[in-house]
Amino acid sequence: MDGFFQALSSYSFLQHALLAGVLASIAAGIAGTYVVVKRISLISGGIAHSILGGMGIAYYFGFDPAQGAVISALIAAVIIGLVSLKARQHEDTVIGALWAVGMAIGIVFIARTPGYNVDLMTFLFGNILLVSSEDLLLIALLDGLILVITVLFYKQFLAVAFDEEHAQLRGMPVEFLYLLLLMLIALTVVILIKIVGLILAIALLTLPPAIANRYAGSLAQMMLLAVGLGMFFNAAGLLVSYQADLPTGATIVLIAGAAYLLALMGRRFEKAPAVESRGQSSS
Amino acid sequence: MRIMAEVVEVTDVDFTYGIGKALQGINLQVASGEFVGAIGPNGGGKTTLLKLIAGLLVPTSGQVRVFGQPAARSGRLIGYVPQFADVDRAFPITVEDVVLMGRLGLTSFLGGYREGDKKAARRAMEQVGVWELRQRRLGNLSEGQRQRVLIARALAGEPKLLLLDEPTASVDAEAEAAITEVLGRLHKSITIVMVSHDLELLKSHVDRIVYVNRRLQPVTGDLDMSIGRFLQLGN
Repeated sequence: MDGFFQALSSYSFLQHALLAGVLASIAAGIAGTYVVVKRISLISGGIAHSILGGMGIAYYFGFDPAQGAVISALIAAVIIGLVSLKARQHEDTVIGALWAVGMAIGIVFIARTPGYNVDLMTFLFGNILLVSSEDLLLIALLDGLILVITVLFYKQFLAVAFDEEHAQLRGMPVEFLYLLLLMLIALTVVILIKIVGLILAIALLTLPPAIANRYAGSLAQMMLLAVGLGMFFNAAGLLVSYQADLPTGATIVLIAGAAYLLALMGRRFEKAPAVESRGQSSS
Repeated sequence: MRIMAEVVEVTDVDFTYGIGKALQGINLQVASGEFVGAIGPNGGGKTTLLKLIAGLLVPTSGQVRVFGQPAARSGRLIGYVPQFADVDRAFPITVEDVVLMGRLGLTSFLGGYREGDKKAARRAMEQVGVWELRQRRLGNLSEGQRQRVLIARALAGEPKLLLLDEPTASVDAEAEAAITEVLGRLHKSITIVMVSHDLELLKSHVDRIVYVNRRLQPVTGDLDMSIGRFLQLGN
C-alpha cells in the first residue's frame, strides 16, 4: 500500500485519476439520487447509450469530442424525455429501441472515422488512468453547473420526484422540470463515461444512492451520503486496481456492488437518523 | 343575484378513459362553505370526479369551473388530498418537507422556502397534530399519521377549496377521530368535497351527499337509510 501512495505522489496520471473520481462522485451522487428515487434507471440507461451516437457523429465530422459528448447528451435527454412523456404506454419498448439504435449509430460512425482510430473500448469501458487536465476542467465545470441547478430547483425536483400530480396541481411546470432533471443526469453520464465507460456508468450512478437510501432521512442527506460513498469507492477502486493490477473502472464498480450487497444484508435502521434538535426549543 | 357564490361548477361533463365512459352527464354545483360527500362503488368514477375538479384531468366534453375559472388555472386555491396508496413509501423525505410542498406556487420559484412558508407549514402541521413528527421520515409513520401529513400538505397552501379522497380509509380509530375533528373545524371556513365510505364521518359533518357511479345523483331523505342503501348498491 505504501507503494501506491509513493506512486500517487510521483505520478500525475494517478493524481488525475483520484481527482477525477472524487469530482465525478459529486455529480453522480446528486443525479444518481434522483435516478434512484424516481426509478428512472432504464431511461438513464437509454440516455447513456444514445450519447455514443452523438459522440460517434462528433468524431466523424471532426468536432471536439468533449463538446460532442455534452451536446449529444443534452439532445438525447430531451428526445428520450419527450418519448417517455408522450409514449407512456410503450415507454420501455421505445426507450429500448432508442438505446440500441443510438449505440449502433455510434459504432458505425466511430468505425468510419478517418485518421487515427478512436478506440471504441475507451468509450465502453472508460479509462480513468488517461484523464487529462482538460478532462478534469470539464468535469469540474459540469459539477459546478449540476450543483447550481440542483440548489436552485431543489424543492421543485423534490416535488416532481415525490408526487408529480401534486406538483402539477400547484402549477409547477412538471414537464420542463422533468426534462431539466434528465439533462442533469445526461451531463453526469458524460463525466462517468470518462471514468468507467458507458457500460458501467449506470452502476456508478445508482449504487451509491441506493446504499445511501437505506440510511438517509431526507433527499439532501441521501445526496450527501451518496457523494461520500462514491468518493470512497473511486479511491478504494483505484488503490485496489493499482495493487492487484486490475482494470480500474471495473474494480470501482465491483467494490460499489459489494458494498450494496452488504447494505442489503445489513439491518435497516428503523428510524431515520434525523436531527431532532432543530426547532425543538420553539415547540 | 346569488348570495352564495358557486365554488365548483361542473356542467354536462363526460370523461372517457380507454374504451368506456368513466363519467357521463355530470352536473354538480358546490356553494361556498358547503361540505359535499361523494359515495359510490369502486371504479364508479369518484376519484376521477375529484381529479376533474382539481384540474388534474381535462373533461372529454362539458366544462369544470372552480372559482369562476377553468379548473386547471385554480390549482393554487385548491388543497388536494390523494388516496395514500398513490404515495411512494420508500421515498426518503421528512414530514416537514412533504408539508412544505403545499406552498409551491405561493413561494419563490427558485431556491429554498421562505420564513412565511415555514410558518404556514407549521400551522398546518399543528392543526392536524403532526408537528411533533416533522423531522421523521414519512415512510416510518403509521397509516393514520401519513394521512394527516397529506392533509397538512393540502392545508399549508391555505386553500379555499379542499378535495379529499377517502381520508379515513385504512387508518386506525384514533386517526379517524382526529381527521373527523379537523374536518369539522375546517367546515366553518372552507368549501370541502370529500369521497368517502366512512358512514360516521359522512354523518358528522357533511351538508349533502351525492352518489357517483358513472352518473351522479343526489342522496336525499334519511341519511342513514339512503347511505346504507347506496353503499349496498355499490358492493
